Amino acid sequence: MGHYIIRRLVISIPVTFGIALITFILLNVIPGDPVALMMKDHISADVVARVRAQMQLDDPAYIRFFRFIWNALHGDFGVSYKLNRSVSSLLMDAFPNTLILAISGALVSWIIGIPAGVLSAVKKRSFLDNSIMGFSLLGVSIPVFWAGLLFQYIFAFWLGILPVSGFDGPEYLIMPAIVLGWSSAGTISRLTRSSLLEVMRNDYIRTARAKGNLELKVVINHALKNAMLPVVTVMALQVAGLLSGAVITETVFGIPGIGRIAVNAIQNRDMPLLQGAVMFTTVLVILGNLVADVLYSLLDPRIKYD
Amino acid sequence: MNDASTILEINNLKTYFYTDKGVVPAVDDISIKVKKGQIIGIVGESGCGKSMTSLSIMQLIAPPGKIAGGEILFQNKNLVGISKAEMRSLRGNELSMIFQEPMTSLNPVYPVGKQVAETLLLHNKHMKKAEAKQKVIEMFKMVGIPEPEERYRVFPHQLSGGLRQRVMIAMALICRSKLLIADEPTTALDVTIEAQILKLMKNLQEEIDTSIIMITHNLGIVAEMCDYVYVMYAGKIMEQADVYELFDHPKHPYTEGLLKSIPRSNVQQNKEKGLYSIKGMVPNMLNLPKGCRFHPRCIYAEDACREVEPDLVDVGEGHLVRCIKYKN
Amino acid sequence: MNIAKNMLFKKEIIEPSDELVKETFWQDVFKSLRKDRMAMAGGTIIALFILVAIFAPYLAPYNPYEVSLDLQFQKPSMEYWLGTDMFGRDVLSRIIYGSRISLLIGIVPSLITMLIGIIFGIIAGYFGRKTDFIIMTVSDMVLSFPSLLLAMVVMYTLGASLLNIFIALSIVGWAGTARVVRAQTLSLKNKEFVESARAIGVKPSIIMIRHILPNCIPQLLVLFTLEIPGSILSEASLSFLGVGAQPPASSWGLMVSNGKEFLFNAPWVAISPGIAILVIVLAFNFLGDGLRDALDPYLKQ
Repeated sequence: MGHYIIRRLVISIPVTFGIALITFILLNVIPGDPVALMMKDHISADVVARVRAQMQLDDPAYIRFFRFIWNALHGDFGVSYKLNRSVSSLLMDAFPNTLILAISGALVSWIIGIPAGVLSAVKKRSFLDNSIMGFSLLGVSIPVFWAGLLFQYIFAFWLGILPVSGFDGPEYLIMPAIVLGWSSAGTISRLTRSSLLEVMRNDYIRTARAKGNLELKVVINHALKNAMLPVVTVMALQVAGLLSGAVITETVFGIPGIGRIAVNAIQNRDMPLLQGAVMFTTVLVILGNLVADVLYSLLDPRIKYD
Repeated sequence: MNDASTILEINNLKTYFYTDKGVVPAVDDISIKVKKGQIIGIVGESGCGKSMTSLSIMQLIAPPGKIAGGEILFQNKNLVGISKAEMRSLRGNELSMIFQEPMTSLNPVYPVGKQVAETLLLHNKHMKKAEAKQKVIEMFKMVGIPEPEERYRVFPHQLSGGLRQRVMIAMALICRSKLLIADEPTTALDVTIEAQILKLMKNLQEEIDTSIIMITHNLGIVAEMCDYVYVMYAGKIMEQADVYELFDHPKHPYTEGLLKSIPRSNVQQNKEKGLYSIKGMVPNMLNLPKGCRFHPRCIYAEDACREVEPDLVDVGEGHLVRCIKYKN
Repeated sequence: MNIAKNMLFKKEIIEPSDELVKETFWQDVFKSLRKDRMAMAGGTIIALFILVAIFAPYLAPYNPYEVSLDLQFQKPSMEYWLGTDMFGRDVLSRIIYGSRISLLIGIVPSLITMLIGIIFGIIAGYFGRKTDFIIMTVSDMVLSFPSLLLAMVVMYTLGASLLNIFIALSIVGWAGTARVVRAQTLSLKNKEFVESARAIGVKPSIIMIRHILPNCIPQLLVLFTLEIPGSILSEASLSFLGVGAQPPASSWGLMVSNGKEFLFNAPWVAISPGIAILVIVLAFNFLGDGLRDALDPYLKQ
């Protein structure tokens, strides 16, 4: 098992490297001078040249790339153009907020999604099933930012029971977590349903019934564990989805997290900060995939670790 | 009719599937009787309704299928319309089943021993887990699983097909069932393993004194195992007789055809005569031919066969046949 | 007369044959789709939206770009059904014009995505080995990015414009399609009909186009239908974050973004374009779901 994790970690290294390369290329092929862009028009060419030299922007791209990798390995993502602070310290300040948001969003999506999917599958083609699936599709189709605004209008403005935005306590987490979890819940319940229905067609389910099991026990003891395998895979992909969603949720609810850093960095054309934020999130996604893989192998005895 | 030696009596069972495209009479008015300690065979091509018969007995027909009529008397109790709880207490306990595919009939995410123990624990509420484990290991020994203690903990994918089927048999017989339904138990296995499994089943049948319904398309298995045989075609019983009688004096053209299509071990004979096969295919169950449902494939078919469905006629000594050639 | 009667009679006594396939693929799919009420509702809404997009100039009651500060934040009324925004522009007219952007954004990047994904997916699946490894590694990397963030980075680099949204969404989206097509190709590659084509010396490119691609169509159809709402949502999100469509374009996402400042005073400005997004995305999802169900037997094969 330990070997398996180590091997998976080793495989992640080239992937991370490739991602760094993609990010670097995407951010460094900008037509036009980043410094000029950053400083707007009313700056003399002289100053621009000095800043460029200071930022070592005149070196060839590959040297800058390896410098970026080297520094990143040391936890140094450079200095924010706009905020004039080290990117890593900015990211580390923001990270806990994003983490809390993402985890609570994930929890919301599982707590709603999995039982809803199971219920839907067990009561296949009933009114309940149709309603749950309708709601799931609604969840998948709702624009996250708009849902956020709607929640703010209803719960903060109209009912006045929750704070509009900010991040100063648990009550500030309720709306963002629900808004973020809601759309994933739709995906998860739909997947749980289809996966469970698929599993219920298997021969071993018939065996479980032929033993004299209660139908409920057949579902919970025999079907669910098998049905959760594809759901776990999706939970890994969900990490990426949650972080995408976090960008929007943080913007709507004014949560100082990584997503908002990225949005601000784009608005301020703050390249090092954006680069750092993207790299950081992507590494989180890779770690999430790793965790899901390990979880999968724990659930499925057919996966061999060696 | 209801003498003490009868363990299962099916009367006029009808299991229909109500699909979008019409009603499929998968099991169409069949009657079967199983005595204590008897092994009966149900033979037929795939899709003839033999598996549906077994699932009907187990009350495991899933929608859109439904038992549309008839009765299934198990130890004089009608299983049709019985409460779910009562049926559950019978399943796996007094009435158990082995399925065709040992590869997929075991749950891949649990150790096999645990899966067998589950049956035991389900029907013996006060049994301790350790005791159940002990019993499972004993049963594993009985069904010829080598190193039963170690095998208790392994997962299905770590076992060969033959061993998995032994696990399935252990699971079916752990509660010493009165009736075991074996639905093509050896079809998925190699020939040599098949012989071992059949021998095991026969031995266990004598040891535990259970009755067996053997569902198969293989007449060789029938000849080897069964006391009494039912031949099914398109949901109906075409012929039923004592095993010797059926093999020596087959009366129905379908049975005749089935017997002729058995490849012989005499190579010379096979080469000279070629393999016999019944022409045509199993009819579309949504659109059964009028008259005798076998007539489109029957080499003796005459005009009358296209008009009237013949009855099952007793031709003496417990030999019944559904063919226009035979009348009371 | 007699002959005709005989012919009729003959027709009737044709034996029920083994031929079960009476309908073509599309007839069969369409038939089961027609029974699916939600899918039909989705299809109808999509058709309506397409009509609205085409005839926007005739349907919109006002000029969607006309600023008149005296008409700021008019409440929804008989005159302005959905009210007016902070520049006094008619929200309904802007939504009607916005359908053009949304449909364009829904369809164009999805097509590009599908095309790139199909090409890479088939090549990876068919040739295997190194080619497969490289394509799949790159697609893994792309899938490791949170898609919105990757699109944001591309928009940052290329600058905010409609064309660049197409590019950004295509860069992000192809990897998923490639995976599906690759998996399908892998399972088809060793089927008898492909092997026999290879055995008689058919060129790989012909095998891929003639034998493998047609068998992927059911999957691709479902994928395409579900890709469209994804693209629409992505554009809306990018525009909401300010890196998508730029003012004064009447993109729905941008309209929500503009309205969010005045959410509590003039909620209609932000809420109604959101409903438009929700309805069209829901419609495509319903249709895609129905299509998946209708194609189910073909997907499983």
